[in-house]
Amino acid sequence: MIIKQLSVFLENRTGRLTELTGILAENDINISAFSIADTADYGILRMIVGRPEPAAEILRKQGFAVKITDVIGMIIPHSPGSLHKALELLSSNNVAIDYMYAFASGECKATVVIRAESLQKIIDVLMEHKMELLQEGDVYQV
Amino acid sequence: MSDMIWNKQYECMEREALLKLQGERVKLMVNGSTTPSLSTEKNFRKRESNPRDINTIDDLKKLPFTTKQDLRDNYPFGLFTLPQTDIVRLHASSGTTGKSTVVGYSQNDIQMWSEVVARSLTMAGVTNSDIIQIAYGYGLFTGGLGLHYGAEKVGASVIPISGGNTKKQLQLMEDFGSTVLACTPSYAAYLGEALAEEKIDRRNIKLKAGVFGAEPWTEGMRSQIEQLLGIKAYDIYGLSEIIGPGVSMECHCQKGMHVFEDHFIPEIINPDTCEVLPYGELGELVFTPATKEAMPLIRYRTRDLTRLHAEKCDCGRTLVRMEKCVGRSDDMLIIRGVNVFPSQVEAVLLEMSETKPHYLLVVDRENNLDTVEIQVEINEQFFSDEVKELEALRQRIRANIASTLGISATIRLVEHGTIERSMGKAQRVVDKRKLQ
Repeated sequence: MIIKQLSVFLENRTGRLTELTGILAENDINISAFSIADTADYGILRMIVGRPEPAAEILRKQGFAVKITDVIGMIIPHSPGSLHKALELLSSNNVAIDYMYAFASGECKATVVIRAESLQKIIDVLMEHKMELLQEGDVYQV
Repeated sequence: MSDMIWNKQYECMEREALLKLQGERVKLMVNGSTTPSLSTEKNFRKRESNPRDINTIDDLKKLPFTTKQDLRDNYPFGLFTLPQTDIVRLHASSGTTGKSTVVGYSQNDIQMWSEVVARSLTMAGVTNSDIIQIAYGYGLFTGGLGLHYGAEKVGASVIPISGGNTKKQLQLMEDFGSTVLACTPSYAAYLGEALAEEKIDRRNIKLKAGVFGAEPWTEGMRSQIEQLLGIKAYDIYGLSEIIGPGVSMECHCQKGMHVFEDHFIPEIINPDTCEVLPYGELGELVFTPATKEAMPLIRYRTRDLTRLHAEKCDCGRTLVRMEKCVGRSDDMLIIRGVNVFPSQVEAVLLEMSETKPHYLLVVDRENNLDTVEIQVEINEQFFSDEVKELEALRQRIRANIASTLGISATIRLVEHGTIERSMGKAQRVVDKRKLQ
């Protein structure tokens, strides 16, 4: 249920992201989802890719600072109010979230990637309420 | 403009008599007559010369040099030649991770310092009719207190306002009618621009002269400051190891800074071969403060590159004139009057262990104030994928740099490999300040 996310330090420089996506393309690595946290000087690229470990190695060899972080993917209906409902559930259980981003897959479902200190607690809460969680096999083979 | 001379006897002495006096003073210095413990083993260790070989000023070159490293190795009081009971003042400049360069002064040293600063201020036309605003930092830095004692000796009314607090500076300048300003040239220019912005009636500003030093500045900056503040700007030179400000000073002819040679004996050497060079040639400036009691360094290498000229000046003084320093024979930077070595930055980063010591210091000058950006390459061990962690790291680097170097810097985190390396050695400094 825990998914490996790749985080990469990127300077705010024109073309830098393109260099990175070029490397992933050359190595046939698929990106399922990504987001960028940006500051004035740099950004942190976070992405879910098909083969996280080899992708990290490839990027490291090219001089990128890469980190593999544990996240979870919470699956919710692709409909109004469903994100709100899920978040209410988490906050009522006092779960603090570091960051999250989401992507919709198809007509009916959306996935919310969540990073938090206590991932296990989130998993427990979601399971208890019969929410669907992304499995490793779902993303890596996309 | 002033033709006044504070101490004609020494400032206008015939060269021959002056050189004879220097010889006598150096002889006294190394024989320990004025400084009882100078000829002890500690100070003559490593020195192959014998104090008895020193009889005239020409013999000075037989003595070995002293460097900043000697001060560091003997931190804090190892080079003092007087017992603590005779030390009345301590000053210090920033140094590598907490180890500063410490200098001590005896009662006589403070008096001699006041004397040379009084001579300097007189060159800028300062008398007891003046009100002098001292906007150099007061504290461990020699600028504030050095100017202060000399100004009191001249009899001027001193405003010991210290650096910063620009609004208050301008208010007192107007309310008290300051006639002389003493500070770093960059702060003078900054004050000048602030004055133009504030709604202050220029008729209330009585400034006529400025005594500026502690950092390199250009003729361009001089005319800018003179125009902004409506004054004549004078250059003062000094370094704490020798005494502080007042080692040399410009007279109204502004053809170089007169070195107070009866106290500070200058030499110019080739920094590579250490051979003494004749007047007029460019080399590293070396000083022997012959009358200093508490810490009389022999042949101290300043690392400043300049030339000396011995022709008599139109002002009547016979003291040699040194040109504005054209650079350094080491990698020291002077940023807002503070001495900064790139190695200090490296030491701070190494100590934090989270960062590779790959860094680049980018020094620039915006609105007449020096700015420093330190680019730091991040490595994987500390790379966090959370912005708050990286920002906390940036703050920690910033705080450590500020406490060790005494300057505030902008920290920029950059990717590994961003900083250019040439011949395997990284470039450490980019100085964008246009000083020539």
